[in-house]
Amino acid sequence: MGSVRTIAGFVVKELIQLWRDPKILSVLFIAPIVQIIVLGYAATTDIRKVELVVCDLDRSVASRELIDAFTASTYFDQVAAVPTQDDLDPWLDSGRARVAVTIPSGFAADREAGRTGRIQVLADGSDAMVGTLGLAYAQGVLRIAAEAAGARAPIELRPKVLYNPDLVSRYFMVPAVLALLIMIMAMMLASMALVREIELGTMEQLLVTPLTPSAVITGKLVPYAMVGVVEFVTGLLVVLFWFEVPLRGSFAVLALMTALFMICSLGLGLLVSTVSRTQQQAMMISTFVFLMPQIYLSGFVFPIQNMPRIFQLVTYAIPLRYFVTALRGIFLKGVGLDVLWPQALAMLGLAVIIFTVARLRYRRTLG
Amino acid sequence: MSDETLLAARGLVVRYGSTDAVRGVDLEVRRSEVVGLIGPDGGGKTSTLRVLAGLLRATAGEAEAFGADTWRTRRALHHRLGYLAQRFALYGDLTVDENIQFFALMYGVPAWKVRRTELLELVGLEDFRSRLADRLSGGMKQKLALACTLIHSPEILLLDEPTTGVDPVTRREFWRLLADLVGEGLTLLIATPYLDEAERCTRVLLMHDGRILADARPQEIPDLMPGSIVEVTAEQRTRAAEILAEIENVADVSVFGNTLHVRVEGARDPVAVVRTALGDSGVPVEGARPIPAGLEDAFLYLTRSPEPEVLMEASS
Repeated sequence: MGSVRTIAGFVVKELIQLWRDPKILSVLFIAPIVQIIVLGYAATTDIRKVELVVCDLDRSVASRELIDAFTASTYFDQVAAVPTQDDLDPWLDSGRARVAVTIPSGFAADREAGRTGRIQVLADGSDAMVGTLGLAYAQGVLRIAAEAAGARAPIELRPKVLYNPDLVSRYFMVPAVLALLIMIMAMMLASMALVREIELGTMEQLLVTPLTPSAVITGKLVPYAMVGVVEFVTGLLVVLFWFEVPLRGSFAVLALMTALFMICSLGLGLLVSTVSRTQQQAMMISTFVFLMPQIYLSGFVFPIQNMPRIFQLVTYAIPLRYFVTALRGIFLKGVGLDVLWPQALAMLGLAVIIFTVARLRYRRTLG
Repeated sequence: MSDETLLAARGLVVRYGSTDAVRGVDLEVRRSEVVGLIGPDGGGKTSTLRVLAGLLRATAGEAEAFGADTWRTRRALHHRLGYLAQRFALYGDLTVDENIQFFALMYGVPAWKVRRTELLELVGLEDFRSRLADRLSGGMKQKLALACTLIHSPEILLLDEPTTGVDPVTRREFWRLLADLVGEGLTLLIATPYLDEAERCTRVLLMHDGRILADARPQEIPDLMPGSIVEVTAEQRTRAAEILAEIENVADVSVFGNTLHVRVEGARDPVAVVRTALGDSGVPVEGARPIPAGLEDAFLYLTRSPEPEVLMEASS
């Protein structure tokens, strides 16, 4: 390690360079906020206003009440009422409706006779998410309608959802988007770190100074970590105050986990920097080798327990996996280190491994 | 002046994969010398300099600076040695002052502000201190790069083709600057493809194809070549060259601009040999006169390079 003064000089130089590059500045500070807001709205699995088409063959008071139950909920938006079941197909085929409800004739009579009323619900499975949720919502509506009618509920299943009782997907998606932002920013910046000096030709002049590799790495990564902290705080404010996601756990644990994750991401970026020759290469490698697989395999998009065994094993090497778990734990469950210590340890371990490899690579490519 | 050896290489070999860039180089640079490492591109000059600067590990052989291995003691060495890479680069988004400050801090120079002012005055950039390096002219950039490599007051400076692609005026200025530095006691090892720059060195190492072909004072170099040179002017230059190449006493013929340089060995009157040969073949000769052998002739002889274009003719 060089002296503190030397490293401080390096950090200042990096900060000046960042500051003088208006493009980088806007990418660093405006893009994340825009992204978190856009993704915060887009990356939601809540479904509102599922297009509903109704075929009421019973035309009774009971059937009308049932249809009202659907249309009164915010989940469904009745787009049509058709006279026969065959008329449902065009609506579903064209995608103008996602869910179709058919109430057969005799529905009211069955209910009055104390028999179970039967109705048919069709859901568009071509969009699995909408289909599944549409069905689930429909079940919910039916159950409530049945209870309101004082009849015995035809469904005995009564799931209770913990932590996020309204199943507001924003509560678990938005913090994860914050994680993605930190990862992308830290990795991209760090992956450019050494490559840019090599491309410019300044690396040669740096290598002929008595600077040690660790001093160069520290001088490069500290300013990016500082930028990361600013981004994290900005992003967190948006998460807490714009999206009003409650932070149930402690801020200290959140900060610790974020720091560990940021170190992992900076390390991965550094690793990319030591294997790339140009900035374009660095960009490609970080995007395709590190960013996208991390996103897919972290449990952010697809649940890990549904993956084949081999991919499940791979996920253990992915820092984002631990961070997403930690974030959801801290935000939604309000748990602390007593629960999240395995995630903290895993990220610490990965950070050590990543930096060791990057340091060895650094010596081979530049020393 | 002391005779202390600052840099030394013995049997130095640098290999990249299966290509040998440097094939057994021996050299020495003593304090206060200005040594020119001269030769065409691809001759191994850069690799030699990089090993001596502790930037590259020798494949075989020894490279020492201040009596210690350049690679193993590179961090200590970098406090005493300056190196200006061929593709020297500055931080274009930093000002002149900031560039020098950065390198001062990287070298851990204690009273760098005083030194910076001195250097800026020396290279004539004191009026441009707050200008971004990107906005400087080519010559000014080079001077700034030089100032950056001198901020830690090295004892020896290694320069890799500092004048390549630089206009003649700037080139002369740059050499004047180097002369000032040498006057202050700096030792220089400078790689260049320009033969005319040899005259400015106290000693010249001719390097070609990974080997040092000659190690002499610049004025001694022509003596390394036997025979004498006849400059021939003829309308049918190509034909004349072909005919002369067949003559027994003619060692070799090279094209120099509009003339031929014919090296004649073992003849009492070289001009007569040339005139007779061309006269017999009916090629009219406009002029044939003996000229003193130049560095370029000697270099061509030493490298036996069939392509005179390999060496650039400098215009200043």
